[in-house]
Amino acid sequence: MSDERPEDTVDESVDEQTDVVVEPEPEPDPNAVPITLNGREIVARKGESIIAAADRHGEYIPRFCYHPRMSAVGMCRQCMVEVDTGRGPMLQPSCMITVSPDMKVETESPTAKRAQEGMIELLLANHPLDCPVCDKGGECPLQDQAFSHGPGESRYVEQKRNYEKPIALSDHVLLDRERCILCDRCTRFADEVAGDKLIHFIARGNATQVNTFPDEPFSSYFSGNTVQICPVGALTAKPYRFKARPWDLEQVESTCTTCSVGCRISVHSSRDELLRFQGVDTGLDTESVNLGWLCDRGRFNFEALESDLRLGAPMVRGDAGLAATTWSSAMQLARQLIDEADSIGLLGGARSTNEGAFAWARLADALDIAHRDAQLGDGLPAEVLGLSRATIGDMSNAATVILVGPDLKEELPVLHLRLRDAVQKGRTKVIEFSSQSTGMTPYAWRSVRHAPGMGPHEIAKTLSDEHVAAQIASGDVVLVAGRSNLAVSEETALAAVRSVLDAVPRAKVLPALRRGNVVGALQLGLAPADAEHGALATLRAAADGHLDLLVLLGADPINDCPDADLARRALAGARRIISIDTFPSESTKLADLVLPAAAFGEQNGSTTNLEGRVSRLNQKVTVNGTARPDWMIAAELAAMLGHDLGVGSVDDVTAAIAASVPAYAQATAEQFESVDGALAVAPTADLPAAAPFEAQPSGYDYRLVVSRKLYDRAVTTAMSPSLAKLAIGAGAHIHPLDLDRVGEPDGAEVKLISSSGSVVLPLIADESVQRGTIWAPFNQPGADITEVVDSSSAVTDVRIERLS
Amino acid sequence: MSAAPYPYAWAAGYYDDGDRPQVVTSRFQYDDSYTLDRYHATGGYEGLRKALGMQPAEVADEVKKSTLLGRGGAGFPAGVKWGFTPAGVWPRYLVVNGDESEPGTYKDRLLMELDPHQLIEGCLIASYAAGLSQCFLYVRGEMALAHERVAKALDDAYAAGYIGKNILDTNFSVDIVLHWGAGAYVVGEETALIESLEGERGMPRLKPPYFPAAIGLYGMPTIVNNVETLSNLPFIASNGSAAYTAIGTETSPGTRMIAVSGHVKRPGVYEIVNGSTTFRDLIYGDEFAQGIRDGNELKAFVPGGGSAPWFVADQLDIPFEGREASGAGSMLGSGAVMVMDDTTDIPAAALTLVKFYAHESCGKCVPCREGGTWLYRILERIVAGNGTDADLDTIRQVGESICPGDMPHAASERLGISAVPFPYKMTTICFVGPSAYVPVHSAMTLFPEEFDALVTKREPRSLIHVTAAPSGGQ
Repeated sequence: MSDERPEDTVDESVDEQTDVVVEPEPEPDPNAVPITLNGREIVARKGESIIAAADRHGEYIPRFCYHPRMSAVGMCRQCMVEVDTGRGPMLQPSCMITVSPDMKVETESPTAKRAQEGMIELLLANHPLDCPVCDKGGECPLQDQAFSHGPGESRYVEQKRNYEKPIALSDHVLLDRERCILCDRCTRFADEVAGDKLIHFIARGNATQVNTFPDEPFSSYFSGNTVQICPVGALTAKPYRFKARPWDLEQVESTCTTCSVGCRISVHSSRDELLRFQGVDTGLDTESVNLGWLCDRGRFNFEALESDLRLGAPMVRGDAGLAATTWSSAMQLARQLIDEADSIGLLGGARSTNEGAFAWARLADALDIAHRDAQLGDGLPAEVLGLSRATIGDMSNAATVILVGPDLKEELPVLHLRLRDAVQKGRTKVIEFSSQSTGMTPYAWRSVRHAPGMGPHEIAKTLSDEHVAAQIASGDVVLVAGRSNLAVSEETALAAVRSVLDAVPRAKVLPALRRGNVVGALQLGLAPADAEHGALATLRAAADGHLDLLVLLGADPINDCPDADLARRALAGARRIISIDTFPSESTKLADLVLPAAAFGEQNGSTTNLEGRVSRLNQKVTVNGTARPDWMIAAELAAMLGHDLGVGSVDDVTAAIAASVPAYAQATAEQFESVDGALAVAPTADLPAAAPFEAQPSGYDYRLVVSRKLYDRAVTTAMSPSLAKLAIGAGAHIHPLDLDRVGEPDGAEVKLISSSGSVVLPLIADESVQRGTIWAPFNQPGADITEVVDSSSAVTDVRIERLS
Repeated sequence: MSAAPYPYAWAAGYYDDGDRPQVVTSRFQYDDSYTLDRYHATGGYEGLRKALGMQPAEVADEVKKSTLLGRGGAGFPAGVKWGFTPAGVWPRYLVVNGDESEPGTYKDRLLMELDPHQLIEGCLIASYAAGLSQCFLYVRGEMALAHERVAKALDDAYAAGYIGKNILDTNFSVDIVLHWGAGAYVVGEETALIESLEGERGMPRLKPPYFPAAIGLYGMPTIVNNVETLSNLPFIASNGSAAYTAIGTETSPGTRMIAVSGHVKRPGVYEIVNGSTTFRDLIYGDEFAQGIRDGNELKAFVPGGGSAPWFVADQLDIPFEGREASGAGSMLGSGAVMVMDDTTDIPAAALTLVKFYAHESCGKCVPCREGGTWLYRILERIVAGNGTDADLDTIRQVGESICPGDMPHAASERLGISAVPFPYKMTTICFVGPSAYVPVHSAMTLFPEEFDALVTKREPRSLIHVTAAPSGGQ
């Protein structure tokens, strides 16, 4: 298959030329480099390494250090081939030599084979042959290539290296140093890809080893990738170590729904138990979403799905609280609750599949439910999806990326990797607007700080600067738009987005909304018709006693809504609550009826990422208990209520989506199972008006910034033991100079008071916080910062009251 | 004059008796040779003044005409090397390789300790001629005195207006940055030295694409020159290339510094006439090393630093000329001759060198990291009397994985073998890997009977050279 690609390229250029001018002898493709590979004439691409050209033409050259997504270092010397550029054949590492015209390459000549065998023997000299007890055994590039390209036996009779087994590089990654072949893949990844240069070689010669700096663990959000790319069993991940043998694993490709980036993953299980997620690289010639990388949160949260705390049976509220019941009586009760309700609100769907969201949207349509929202007042109006949408590829090729949204490293980590990569490779300049420094700040061309709420003013000022304007005019512009601060209102956040679009109307927009399938849910009918029926309005209606029934479709407003007080009042004020969820939560505790939902890996379907890319979700294990997919619950309820949706299987729902939602017309099962998936983008819409916030002097001292960290109390994180312990905990972070002004020591508990509430939190000195502001991580273990956030006010000002 | 008390005893290893031309050591006779005053008094910075009066291209041309060969080991003409920088790419740097660490070599150290201004003047002339924006002087970590003297000399030269902005009131400006290494043999390799300068771990880069002249320090075009090479420039600039080529031979003009060590009566550093002086002159000459100690016979000698294949008495009449040396199966390398007399235990001597190179492997590429230590361990076992015939084969096969194809070695009339010319092929990134194989290969090729005796009789040798393993885990 890959054989034909370069010729395709040539043919295309020929076609283009003949279309325009009829010429018998078209110009040859300037990117085509003819070389001879093992006696076969092939067309390589200009600038390509020999090993990459050979890969595309089906010739495998053994390798350890070479990785197509990282720079070549030529360390392992395994990919030695004979290269003749006219001066006779010479042994060369094929990862380091770029193709040149008429080069002759022999990958299997006696000399090349001899060198390759010699290298395997040298690599195995000190490598322990503990394959039978090694986690990598069975899927180990060293093991495989020792068989395919090795000499078959070793003459090494000396004592092998010995090291203490294993050492922890981080909370997730363990290193068995004696197995390491020092290929530089993990260290290169940490430096080049993750930007967390926390592991490196120490010592020299035969004692060279990978290690962290003293007392500085490899605390990278991306550390798990090093385990995946390790070509031996040196790096192992704690959550998977000693859990299974590769030949016992079954795997299926799927899409990660931890956040809305939608990374391609493969889901591994054994004996009906999820054991491992790995990143999938769809290939250099595809629109790879994640280039094969995953964040640790997405990689290790399979633990949550196997948690004992999962909801496995329907529960109904009786005199003694929630008690398990059968599905039939639960569904009868659900029907009764719906029948009896005059006014219903439906919140959630962003954690569901496209199919689940669509079926519930259909049911909501049938029941005339106006109050519906897939977000919880923590995103942007759904109209943002109707702007000219950028893909991740557009973003990483744009000349300028304007960032008005969350800290990507914390919320959409792999998107951060993609943007960082674009910056590091010199393609893209980032202009960042935020109220505190972010993971992107070190890479930003301009990083503009503004007081919370003052974004529109700073944006207008910055973008009119002569140099900035010249940069913006130099090429494509992509706006990454989201909520950078959950303590300012949605309208204020929207005003910032608008101010960028006012200055650069041609900018394409990549919505940085966070929850797994938030884009799909909004595009498939779970978006409110207007702000009067959005999540906050729904919660207010419930709090005011205007809702008879609140349906929570995988939504936990008490934890996830930035206005905790409102959420609590809403759940108390709603007459009845049905919660459909995978885990018990603060919100399910208050429900009258709890229906257990199938989770990731337990159901088939599709999901839509922030680009609008629709891709496959595949079932790998059976559902927990009697949990059911969201779509099935909706379909059954609809049938019971006399609104048959006409679907009997998940495939029916998929087909119904393609048939009835214009944006998803291309998103048929065949389409989204292709490598690149299918793009489904909501029809054009206009952003609602948003008045920029005008600064008002207030009697409060500090303006609040609330934003997410990667590890928080989100349910799959909190339920994964490996991840839950990494949450930094609740606190009020303050600039050290402001802390001096308060007159309390670092870590002292104080009371933060706003116009709408108060909370006691430790004060933590943090230089990344701007003076005059307090930054508090959202949804962390400990006291809840959202107690002081009022969703109806544009910004949140607080003052500090000392407790001592 | 030669009896002048040198500043400290070890430096007295320099001898200038006899009537030899002095290009780089003319000030070594003075106690205060390293001071700016003495430098001024002996024609110092005149070469720079003269060069600044010419166009840079004229100066570069003069150096090219002098055929000044690089003294770091490869022996490439310096003037030609300067021409490899791509046009129009700025800034471009001069990096001075003062990380002299090849076993047996200690001539750059003397040049830095005894005449730092000569080196600085050389740097300035090179920067002017090759259009280099800044100069980095990398001094080996162990050379504390050299570091101190060069630092003082830099301060004095800055104060005197030789370095910095508008040097000698011309438009020419250049800064010289002194960098102290941290003690790694591999950093003597130019790309590893650049990595080290950039603050990274000293590991060589791959060529291609990282030829320093194209992609060097901080990714910019960079000329890396040896200390002795640059120390020749003041002479050439002052006296012209003709005066320089008048010394030595056409292919190897001028003089060069050779450090002689081992079993000779008078080990030391000698400035010899390039191209015409022979190894016999150097080892037996009265004005040089004065012959083998205790009236013993010469057994073997290393002609160009620890990584050079060995010569035996058959090669004594080869002159210090690059092509002659490589044709005979070795190289002139870094200017170090190590002499072994007939009391030498050849396998143990080879072991000492192999141990050094195995230990100094940076760990970057597999053949060197694994192969070097493997060779060391086998050889250690053989020397300890625990080797077998098969071990000798294994050594050759492991060596083949580092240096595939014919391995250069010297001819031996005694054994009836003829020479295989230098260089070797290699699977490694730099020369450290092959250097671990070279000594044991030379030893096994030129003295097979000593190895045969070891593996058949299995009598352990005294292991004064060999203590702990060069590396290993905890």
